[in-house]
Amino acid sequence: MVNYIFGIFLIIGIIYSALTGNISIVNQSLITSGTKAIDIILKMIPLLCLWLGIMKIASTSGLLTKISKYASIIIKPIFPDLKKESPSISYITSNIVMNMLGLGNAATPFGLKAMKSMQEENNNKEVASRSMITFLIINTASVTIIPTTVISFRLLNNAKDATDIIPACIITTILSLLIGLILDKIFYHIWRYFD
Amino acid sequence: MINFIIPIIVLFIIIYGLIKKVDIYDVFIEGVKEGLKMILNIFPTIFTMSLCINVLISSNIINDLTIYLEPLLDILNFPKELLPIAVMRPISGSSSLILLDNILSTYGPDSFVGRVASVLQGSTDTTIYIISLYFATIGIKKTRYALIVGLLTDFITIIISLIVVSILL
Repeated sequence: MVNYIFGIFLIIGIIYSALTGNISIVNQSLITSGTKAIDIILKMIPLLCLWLGIMKIASTSGLLTKISKYASIIIKPIFPDLKKESPSISYITSNIVMNMLGLGNAATPFGLKAMKSMQEENNNKEVASRSMITFLIINTASVTIIPTTVISFRLLNNAKDATDIIPACIITTILSLLIGLILDKIFYHIWRYFD
Repeated sequence: MINFIIPIIVLFIIIYGLIKKVDIYDVFIEGVKEGLKMILNIFPTIFTMSLCINVLISSNIINDLTIYLEPLLDILNFPKELLPIAVMRPISGSSSLILLDNILSTYGPDSFVGRVASVLQGSTDTTIYIISLYFATIGIKKTRYALIVGLLTDFITIIISLIVVSILL
């Protein structure tokens, strides 16, 4: 997919600008887009490093494990088809907690472990199980308390208060998670007639 | 009020770390190193997507095309500046990040469009990428309703973020 996006964007961009007589603009944008990429990366570094430093302390001190333990009480009922003492639950919770704290990269290994563990409980190894789909819907809804990257970008584009979007983000992400879970439940029931 | 969130989290974690006798200085530096590694890892993707998105945007084709969509977007009350980021958000994380930066520098972070784009970037994830990566890793071929529900949720999230920002900010 990204293959096509990369190719098509470049091809359409160059050809369209040649046809409309804007080739000099595209020429410049080809040469200078590297500086824009570096600019974006530089904007991400300060807050990302601060956050990962702080969160490393949270994980070494055992705080993250503690949070995950409590969170699993809420998360368990969302996955009715997983066995009671399934190891999947703890992987799923760790993944969700990491995502909530904006640690996407640390979350992915737990997410993959959760998928592997749910695959072991799955009857048909080629068909997605109900819990897998629910887990991915939660994952893509990405419940984040502090959206660090977005805050960095706002900060470095001179926002009056870069963090003023946090409440709006939290409300939006919770509503979208709830809608995702409701749709997941509805589609689970509809889909049984198709299978 | 909101200004308190990040300092309080920092304060709480530092105190908790000291109580649990963690070498907070060394551990913090360890985390910063991980941050730099992450930055190095994402730089090639950001660079590559920045290249093709900037070429596409500077060719002006998106602007020319959205003129045709404008009547429809007006009926829906949807700001046309948000169309590119709304389309790219579920497909590519680095693309939408680049588009967000574009919107913030063009319209300003405190504009309505800038705020909706920020909320959109902060409250959803790269649905198509996540679903295909996770299922591919464990060898699932039939993903059933996962993608439909994921994309439907993304679509509704766009509407929610528009409403929440107009009410709240």
